[in-house]
Amino acid sequence: MNAKQRDRVATVIIDLIVAAVVGILLFLLVYILSAGLPHVSWKFITGASDPMSGAGGIGVQLFNSFYLLVLTMLISIPISLGAGIYLAEYAKDNWRTSLIRSAIEVLSSLPSVVVGLFGFLLFVVKFKMGFSVISGAVALTFFNLPLLTRNIEESLSAVSRSQREAGLSLGLSKWKTEIGIILPVALPGIVTGVVLSAGRVFGEAAALIYTAGQSAPVTNFSDWNPMDPASPLNPMRPAETLAVHIWKINTEGMAENAAQLSAAASAILILAVLLFNLGARLLGNFLYRRVTASK
Amino acid sequence: MLKQYSFEKTAVQSFDAQTTLALKTEDLQVFYGANHAMHDANLGFPKNQITALIGASGSGKSTYLRSLNRMNDGIATVTGKIWYHGVNINEPNVNIYEIRKHIGMVFQRPNPFSKSIRENIVYALKANGMKSKADLDERVETSLRGAALWDEVKDTLDKSALSLSGGQQQRLCIARSIAMAPDVLLLDEPCSALDPISTVKVEETLLELQKQYTIIIVTHNMQQAARVSSQCAFFHLGHVMEYTSTGTMFSNPQIPVTQDYIAGSFG
Ligand SMILES: Nc1ncnc2c1ncn2[C@@H]1O[C@H](COP(=O)(O)OP(=O)(O)OP(=O)(O)O)[C@@H](O)[C@H]1O
Ligand SMILES: [Mg+2]
Repeated sequence: MNAKQRDRVATVIIDLIVAAVVGILLFLLVYILSAGLPHVSWKFITGASDPMSGAGGIGVQLFNSFYLLVLTMLISIPISLGAGIYLAEYAKDNWRTSLIRSAIEVLSSLPSVVVGLFGFLLFVVKFKMGFSVISGAVALTFFNLPLLTRNIEESLSAVSRSQREAGLSLGLSKWKTEIGIILPVALPGIVTGVVLSAGRVFGEAAALIYTAGQSAPVTNFSDWNPMDPASPLNPMRPAETLAVHIWKINTEGMAENAAQLSAAASAILILAVLLFNLGARLLGNFLYRRVTASK
Repeated sequence: MLKQYSFEKTAVQSFDAQTTLALKTEDLQVFYGANHAMHDANLGFPKNQITALIGASGSGKSTYLRSLNRMNDGIATVTGKIWYHGVNINEPNVNIYEIRKHIGMVFQRPNPFSKSIRENIVYALKANGMKSKADLDERVETSLRGAALWDEVKDTLDKSALSLSGGQQQRLCIARSIAMAPDVLLLDEPCSALDPISTVKVEETLLELQKQYTIIIVTHNMQQAARVSSQCAFFHLGHVMEYTSTGTMFSNPQIPVTQDYIAGSFG
């Protein structure tokens, strides 16, 4: 075999592997959507569910999922940004830094049930935060931080040293160089990391069952004062998310159409994740173009 | 077989009191850990002149140059004195950020920021508190003119700097440095990634700039050193072997190692 033939064989093999991956993905998508979408109606998407049987709509759960996602990201992005910048730029190459790195790795391999139980014991019980959006968001932050930190550190480290030298040689401080010059270049990579972790957070059930709770009390969507107990924005109310709802319908739901309900809810979950990814990417690209003046 | 040259026999000029020096180093030593990369460098740089640093690869030219604006902080240990306006700037308590505004640097590979052409120039100015749009616009124009780039980019200031050619990027980097209004400009092989035409442009730019700035340029290209510089220092294995006017350096080098290097019969 000469180089050209070998090249062709390799290309065919790679194409086949890619086709297999895409095929599996498409199959899953089509399967879930075709099983679920016929049972989806506007009333289902926006309506309330019956607290006992789980029958009815998923409006509150859908909102809860998004609210929890936003809250989790609000907490975890700044922290992991700080940690990522520290590791990429300031941390000396010594045993303390490698200890931090291994700690992050261990944290990222914790099973989500363990994170959930930990959140339950510490936040829900010990800190008396109860089953609440905020308990769930903090637990998810634990779950989210390692991957995001790692991702941000790697995105920043991938930016060429010469960019840092350029900034420093102009008399810019290390911090200013990092925030104003390196971070914008690393933005696309960071956005990818945020999108991936958001998908995980959105679909997470195990860590939330014991923290955000399994009930979705009827909320009053015309009351946006976060202090009011019935307001959807109140971070102290229990908030069953869509993923938890799906789990519940399937395990302890007593609705007779449980199969259809969970199929429909799954379809909506998938669509929501897709929409979120798309939105985050568009936003990321927009920001990147703004700060780098690239096409 | 590499020839051995004595480090005892050097020919390093010093300047009389009449010559104003923009920058001067006294017994400058640089260590990368245990690697003693620069020995006792005693060089003075006359104001508004171009000084070239030449020497083989690994002889310590970049090491020396990067010490001058403290870019080696955190990378190497630098001892000895660097005199700038009567102050030894190689002291721990010196504000290095302030120093780097006065002693600008251009690197071997063009490294414009991944921002628009305009933003490349104004970013550091804004960080230093320059706010007025008119002032900033004026700086953009004067520094781009200074770097002989204005005519080529004046209509595309908001385009990405990365869309420029390598030579244009390097001149943008020069413009970015001179926008800070430094006194001294350090250039580390600024033309090594450029084609001959861009090189000529950069050289013409430097000759023009020496009216306002003191320039120290590292170069591998002896013709370039001969074309642009008035003083020339020859480095060998971490030692400054000879420092003299460029004319003397190329026509009548004083010591064997320089003679061999200039003649191309080195090692
Ligand atoms: N960051 C560094 N860490 C450790 N050693 C270094 C570093 N930079 C340079 N050195 C060492 O210092 C010595 C001088 O290197 P330097 O880069 O100053 O040479 P140079 O004259 O600029 O060479 P070139 O013409 O190839 O750019 C070399 O022995 C090199 O290995
Ligand atoms: Mg060098």
